[in-house]
Amino acid sequence: MNGKFGFAHTRNGIALPARDVPELPLPDFRHAVIEAAANGDRVAALFGHVNPAASGLEVYAIISDSLNARLHVGKARLESDRYPALTPDCPQVHLFERELAEQYGVRPEGHPWFKPVRFHASYRPGQDAWSRPEGSAPVVGVTDFYRVEGEQIHEVAVGPVHAGIIEPGHFRFQCHGEQVYHLEISLGYQHRGAERSLAGGPHRRTIHTLETVAGDTSVGHTTAYCLAVEALAGGHLSARAEVLRGVALELERLANHTGDLGALAGDVAFLPTAAYCGRLRGDFLNLTAFLCGSRFGRGLVRPGGVGFDLEEGRQAQFLERLEAAERDVTVAAELLWDSASVQARFEGTGTVSPKDCLELGLVGPAARACGVECDVRQDFPWGVFRFVQIPVSSWDTGDVFSRAYVRWLEIQRSVEFIRAQLQSLPGGSLRRALGPLRAGHLAVSLVEGWRGEICHVALTDEQGRIARYKIVDPSFHNWSGLAMALRNQQISDFPLCNKSFNLSYCGFDL
Amino acid sequence: MLRATIARLKQGHRTIPYPAEEPVLPDRFRGLPVLDSARCADDCRACADACPTEAIIREGAVNPAGAGLRLDLGRCLFCTDCQEACPAGAIRYTQDYRLAARNRQDLVLDGQTLKLASALNEKSRRVFGRSLKLRQVSAAGCNACEADLNVLSTVVFDLGRFGIQFVASPRHADGIVVTGPVSENMRTALLETYAAIPAPKLAIAVGACAVSGGPYAGNPEIHNGCEALLPVDLYIPGCPPHPLTILDGLLRLLGQIEGDRR
Repeated sequence: MNGKFGFAHTRNGIALPARDVPELPLPDFRHAVIEAAANGDRVAALFGHVNPAASGLEVYAIISDSLNARLHVGKARLESDRYPALTPDCPQVHLFERELAEQYGVRPEGHPWFKPVRFHASYRPGQDAWSRPEGSAPVVGVTDFYRVEGEQIHEVAVGPVHAGIIEPGHFRFQCHGEQVYHLEISLGYQHRGAERSLAGGPHRRTIHTLETVAGDTSVGHTTAYCLAVEALAGGHLSARAEVLRGVALELERLANHTGDLGALAGDVAFLPTAAYCGRLRGDFLNLTAFLCGSRFGRGLVRPGGVGFDLEEGRQAQFLERLEAAERDVTVAAELLWDSASVQARFEGTGTVSPKDCLELGLVGPAARACGVECDVRQDFPWGVFRFVQIPVSSWDTGDVFSRAYVRWLEIQRSVEFIRAQLQSLPGGSLRRALGPLRAGHLAVSLVEGWRGEICHVALTDEQGRIARYKIVDPSFHNWSGLAMALRNQQISDFPLCNKSFNLSYCGFDL
Repeated sequence: MLRATIARLKQGHRTIPYPAEEPVLPDRFRGLPVLDSARCADDCRACADACPTEAIIREGAVNPAGAGLRLDLGRCLFCTDCQEACPAGAIRYTQDYRLAARNRQDLVLDGQTLKLASALNEKSRRVFGRSLKLRQVSAAGCNACEADLNVLSTVVFDLGRFGIQFVASPRHADGIVVTGPVSENMRTALLETYAAIPAPKLAIAVGACAVSGGPYAGNPEIHNGCEALLPVDLYIPGCPPHPLTILDGLLRLLGQIEGDRR
């Protein structure tokens, strides 16, 4: 059972008994995670769990090994309130360690950027990583911000409330004139207790919480949740349900990528594409509503299958509307690539190097725009993607152009995928009843949402209830990418760079 | 330039004829639920037990003479878990997208017709009726309500033609539009933004979260919506509300749509 580094291994959406997850001595655990990342694997999740049957804090690591489509799972036990941080040797866990510290009051010693993530009190009363007095509520946004010193340095603070209709977050720029030396992103404003509320479930609210973890990624997050609980309950989905989930996921990608191209056009004052894509995004959302009644895919993905069918009488109209939207989005996108004024603003703006991308563990279109070919649909295929491969779209310039162009490539691949699926929609029941979750098991699920890798981990207790549910939205990895993209850019390029990532605040804050 | 012109011609005119014409919603759209408590068995609580947000109040056994089945649209996620759980067909979701109300208690359906939002009084309409500038604050919203507010400014809905516009600065605004259950971490920012809007001002709660906390109601990290923090003038239910539900609510508030008209 034990594979790489003494960790157990599993696959996407396959449960394993929790007792099979090896507990390593802390030095070995640290070594395993650091080595894995150094050898090109990614840390998909690193999180704590208080097991009432055992002492101390259990720290789980999920290592994703894309070459072998394997997920390596291991844990360590922290008895002390401090441990030597992994971040100095493994930068991609920097936020995971901060999160661990904030949630469970353990201090990663030597962490170079040791600040709160979401500004909430520790889950273990009396144990606080910053030694704040018990009962004192942390105040959001109050932390030690990084400062650049110098007579001509000025600081610009933006948010939490921004100019448009957008979620809140705080951004601090250290500038020399127009030039940004450093951008610090401080979030936590959206913290709703989403992840914490899932413990003890599944209950009536669970699926609705998952649908709103990031409301623009309802299909992505509910698919990840369903994969996890279906792995824990056992049994198989019908081929039809698998395909419909895949179609819904690609529709979600189409709507958001199209909206992003429009928003990027808007930020460089190229109004034609901004106006067209604003409308076309709605056309894809309406297509989702044609399938399930909700523009955001609410009610569509359910444990055991899907809530709605794309029956034969609906398919012709569905295809017709998909193709009309594709025609128009092609015109709108090609205008972008044909306009020198747009290209002049997109090219060379907000560049992230492949090295930074890999070190920070970026995911999704942001990583593929750095030439890093990671895509869960290809690397850890689940459902319909085990049988139908969507080519990975990448570009290698790492700039705003690259992130825009990868989206355009993906729009084309997603339309092709949906069209092909509708030509031979397999039969089968839409949904089957799910049995109880197996007690004392752990399941990891990965889904390629439109922003990138969504990772969920579900751990059940001895009664088969969810003891710990971990959600890693792609934004959790990628906000650091945006901070890097702003280095040495003009501050006036921030909206453009921000839009080229278009990350989730609530998916990060949970 | 020529390409842009050709593209423009290809894209055509896209603004919907609403409100002059009745809009077409997808056939699976879930709008206003209709209740028929006459079908309820006295001791049946299937709907209330299925509801994820305690939106359904069942008092059949306790109060057989009164309204035995009530549904709070302010809490409702329009998920239809209740409709599926009901053995008697007492709850049915219709395609009616008109849901906005002026008073919180008007959102509690008890089998009567929903009292849709009435217009502001004449004095307020003189101030806001022809030009309403709104500042939006997402207070832990999931970006679905935000997205369907944003869409009102696209060419499809063209909010500007009704004299309504979202503005960047609260100083330029006549009112606030709140989305999200209001996290503790957004409470101060929300209240400060509201305070920065010059009086007289309006407050509009959009979506189940802003009205009641939605799927997060009761979590210690949030304030169950903005009602306890601001004097709300318009409640727009939904998770998220359809853009037409929001637009209908805004136009009713301004007196541009009245009565049973769609």
